Amino acid sequence: MIPQERKYTKDHEWVLIDGDTATVGITDYAQHSLGDIVFVELPAVGDTIEAGGRLAVVESVKAASDVFSAVAGEVVEVNEALEDAPEKLNEEPWDAFIAKLRIAPQGVEGLLDATAYAALVAEEEAKE
Amino acid sequence: MRTYVPITDAERKQMLETIGVSSMEELLCDVPESVRLKGPLQLPRGQSEADVLRAMQAYAAENAPERPLFRGGGAYYHFIPAIVDALTERGELLTAYTPYQAEMSQGMLQAIYEYQSLMCRLTGMDVSNASVYDGATAAAEAMTMCREAARKKKMLVSEGVLPYVREVLETYAPGAGIELVTVPLRGGVTDLDALRAAAEGAAGLIAATPNCYGILEDLAPMADIMHENKALLVSYVEPFSLALVKKPGALGADIAVGEGQPLGIPLSFGGPYLGFMTAKQKLLRLLPGRIVGETVDEEGNRCYVLTLQAREQHIRREKAQSNICSNEGLCAVRAAIYLTAMGPQGMREAAEACLRNAHALAERICSVPGFRLAYPDKPFFLEFLIASDLPARSVDGALREAGIVGGLQLDAHHMLWCATEMNTMAEMDAVKAALEVFA
Amino acid sequence: MSRSVLETCFEMSRPGRRGADVPACEAPPCPYAIPQGMRDETPLALPELSEVDVVRHYTALSRRNHGVDNGFYPLGSCTMKYNPRMNEQAASYFAKLHPLLSQKDMQGALHLCYDLQNALCEITGMDAMTLQPAAGAHGELTGLLLIRAYFQKRGELAQRRKMLVPDSAHGTNPASAAMAGFTVAVVPSAPDGGVDLEALRAMAGPDTAGLMLTNPNTLGLFERNIEAVAEIVHGAGGLLYYDGANLNAVMGISRPGDMGFDVVHLNLHKSFSTPHGGGGPGAGPVGCKQALAPFLPRPTVTYEGGRYTLKMDLPDTIGKVRAFYGNFGVCVKAMAYLLKLGCDGLRQASETAVLNANYVMARLKHAYRVDFDRPCMHEFVLSTANIHGLTATDVAKGIIDHGMHPPTVYFPLIVHEAMMIEPTETEGKETLDAFCDAMLALAAEAREDVAALSRYPVTTPCGRPDQTLAARKPKVRD
Repeated sequence: MIPQERKYTKDHEWVLIDGDTATVGITDYAQHSLGDIVFVELPAVGDTIEAGGRLAVVESVKAASDVFSAVAGEVVEVNEALEDAPEKLNEEPWDAFIAKLRIAPQGVEGLLDATAYAALVAEEEAKE
Repeated sequence: MRTYVPITDAERKQMLETIGVSSMEELLCDVPESVRLKGPLQLPRGQSEADVLRAMQAYAAENAPERPLFRGGGAYYHFIPAIVDALTERGELLTAYTPYQAEMSQGMLQAIYEYQSLMCRLTGMDVSNASVYDGATAAAEAMTMCREAARKKKMLVSEGVLPYVREVLETYAPGAGIELVTVPLRGGVTDLDALRAAAEGAAGLIAATPNCYGILEDLAPMADIMHENKALLVSYVEPFSLALVKKPGALGADIAVGEGQPLGIPLSFGGPYLGFMTAKQKLLRLLPGRIVGETVDEEGNRCYVLTLQAREQHIRREKAQSNICSNEGLCAVRAAIYLTAMGPQGMREAAEACLRNAHALAERICSVPGFRLAYPDKPFFLEFLIASDLPARSVDGALREAGIVGGLQLDAHHMLWCATEMNTMAEMDAVKAALEVFA
Repeated sequence: MSRSVLETCFEMSRPGRRGADVPACEAPPCPYAIPQGMRDETPLALPELSEVDVVRHYTALSRRNHGVDNGFYPLGSCTMKYNPRMNEQAASYFAKLHPLLSQKDMQGALHLCYDLQNALCEITGMDAMTLQPAAGAHGELTGLLLIRAYFQKRGELAQRRKMLVPDSAHGTNPASAAMAGFTVAVVPSAPDGGVDLEALRAMAGPDTAGLMLTNPNTLGLFERNIEAVAEIVHGAGGLLYYDGANLNAVMGISRPGDMGFDVVHLNLHKSFSTPHGGGGPGAGPVGCKQALAPFLPRPTVTYEGGRYTLKMDLPDTIGKVRAFYGNFGVCVKAMAYLLKLGCDGLRQASETAVLNANYVMARLKHAYRVDFDRPCMHEFVLSTANIHGLTATDVAKGIIDHGMHPPTVYFPLIVHEAMMIEPTETEGKETLDAFCDAMLALAAEAREDVAALSRYPVTTPCGRPDQTLAARKPKVRD
């Protein structure tokens, strides 16, 4: 279920690190709890994002949720397909990334590995 | 006196019993004694309906009686067909709240959807919101839209935008973190050289046509200058003129805003009016406030809802594009009824009548020695600026004597005159006669 | 009404029809008045309908809508009381008054504004009032700009950038604070539903510009510690802002000014009976204490030398927040209402609003969950979450089929599956009972078979709309 090679945040985002590039998206658990996603407000290429800073806003019909960046860096690519098809975040959360960042020095800290994240999800689900 | 409270004394007693308290006082137990009002409010006691209406008529009687009116300045006297009042006074529309519950608010939702469609068609734009308070606040909201769209904090406004609209922009700008720069007029129209010089680093320009002197300005070169600088053009427009001139959408404007009062809304001493806002498709999500969208129900039948609500204050709170929630819904419905009844033919005829009457009035005024158009080579629609060596105060006095509300005094020697389809030739002749005492 | 789709005005259009005419124009044509390059002769893309088509269309639209005139409308925080028809008549006396007449020609309108300002000052315990803001949220922005200007004048603005807002606040509060350039800090609620005093004490400091509060709060509870709240905020050098959305609970009973508030906004379309028109117009007058009066929007209406005057020369004003002087037509209606009720009627209105809310709460509190076991003021909040699987939406849609408008749902945010019920004082006992009976029947039905409620409403022109489709593929015009 949860891809092993990626890192995760407590806010249910995934990060795939390849060299100095980080690809960021939201997890299956996140899309499920948000419900039908109707719009994604993407950052602009060239934006500099701090770790914990707002990377994107994901809207459902009745909520707007900030996606906080798990890594610090400069946005080098955004997933423009989400502008017309935000439902991709619901349908294929592991493929539909939000943005790619060039990681700043010491830009990655405090991420969870797949095992730790799976435990977190289990804990959240137990609460419901 | 009667107070619209149906509960009888016997029912009150019963209800207190059901609640399980012995007096009203027990229900107010959370209100500390120290913040209670000690006696009654220092206001008169209630009155009968007849007495209230008499009192309201007495206020109205202190105003000057209705006279021939040649004054605009942002509020215009047009004819309002009887059906506009009759239909908007229907209680189902008049006494409803914002249509949160779509299934029992389809009437209002469809009316607003039609309003949005009509305003898009009128301005030649792609999308519209459900209205904001008035033209001035529409301009202010457009200013923050430009800030967000262009991600820049400098905003330009032409001096041709009505002074009080610019004043509202000045009020909104500091809180929005916007630096507002005024682009001067030259020869009665926006100075393009000054605009070019100011455009770098700007998020957008707000320019008016017709402008505050009634002059029709050419937006196309302004649109080019703004777009070259990756900035937006906001066109502040008068709705009737759109029946005769090119639409903001065709001229390259990104946002069109304005005062919708001329579209079936009474003068009413300045409000309630109607701020309309239409925009290009790509700016849809930056439009503030309510937007009605078409969708389907579970059976696939067409219906309408408030949509894109996740932009709004009740969901996004401090990150919302605007704080607006109540807008001018029923004024928007008035405009929709008005435009639907007038149709293309009626709007064209009314606009043509405004144009003709304004020009006939200008001709009469300028035929009196001592009065001249301040900008004789500039085209105007329903308002125009008259310059005179005579003090505007005495001119105004003479018109009052003659029982006429003349042009608006802009300074000691300039008056802004206005004519609509409501002014008659006889009234215009009376203006001429009143001015001739100065000849 | 059964399921049906209504044609739009565009679908009704037939080329050659028209529904209004224009006075014959006696002036000669002026074909060269508009330069060729600017002209556009293409007819506007407006529909063509006859007058009777327009009348039937809007009559049909109105029949697909619910207002207070149709039936009960207990929409929490919106004070949907009866809108007296008398008000409409009074407003018509001023319909043709142009806003830019000479001041001696508008004495009646200014006189009315002046008297209304004074009456609202008396009701709220404030020293000065402006009628300029066009709605509640607009009033909030205006009030916060007064606070901003006040601190700017004192040289404290650079430091006082934080506006405190309770977690139970209306969404407009933080949105308005942001528009006025403040940062927002959220104050948690205490277990009794009021402001958490300890948290407030910890948050208030030299960076605090103020606290925005509605009292009674959005749970319908009177802030018992209001004096302590005021002391903490004032002690930190901040100001106290009163969101007047809930004033209908306290008119003639307690005044914001006496509770320690420095600025208030009122919603004339709530407490003062002016119709909301399916979204507006409202009016949001703002009152303040003397220290903030110099900053009020211009012009102010004053009485000087035996005449009512629009005062423009105000060196410290925040400027204008709207064209002209406000939603004057709405103010006229509110004035008529105030004269009708008078001091005695206002108090009776508020007391009865409190009585009606408590009565409905008493009848419903065993079927649904009510978190606070104390009297409410003019409204109260219940949760449907005590019945497994029951959502506030399901109950709301069920209420629609009883011919009543549902309460506010999913607000305040701090209550799960919230329904916020404000009956107002203008409803009779039998109306309240009919609503309570409907709510109880829905609770009983949900306990039997919660899924059955998802079919509601069945009596309306459409079923539940597809909100996701509307937002994903927005179609906002024809």
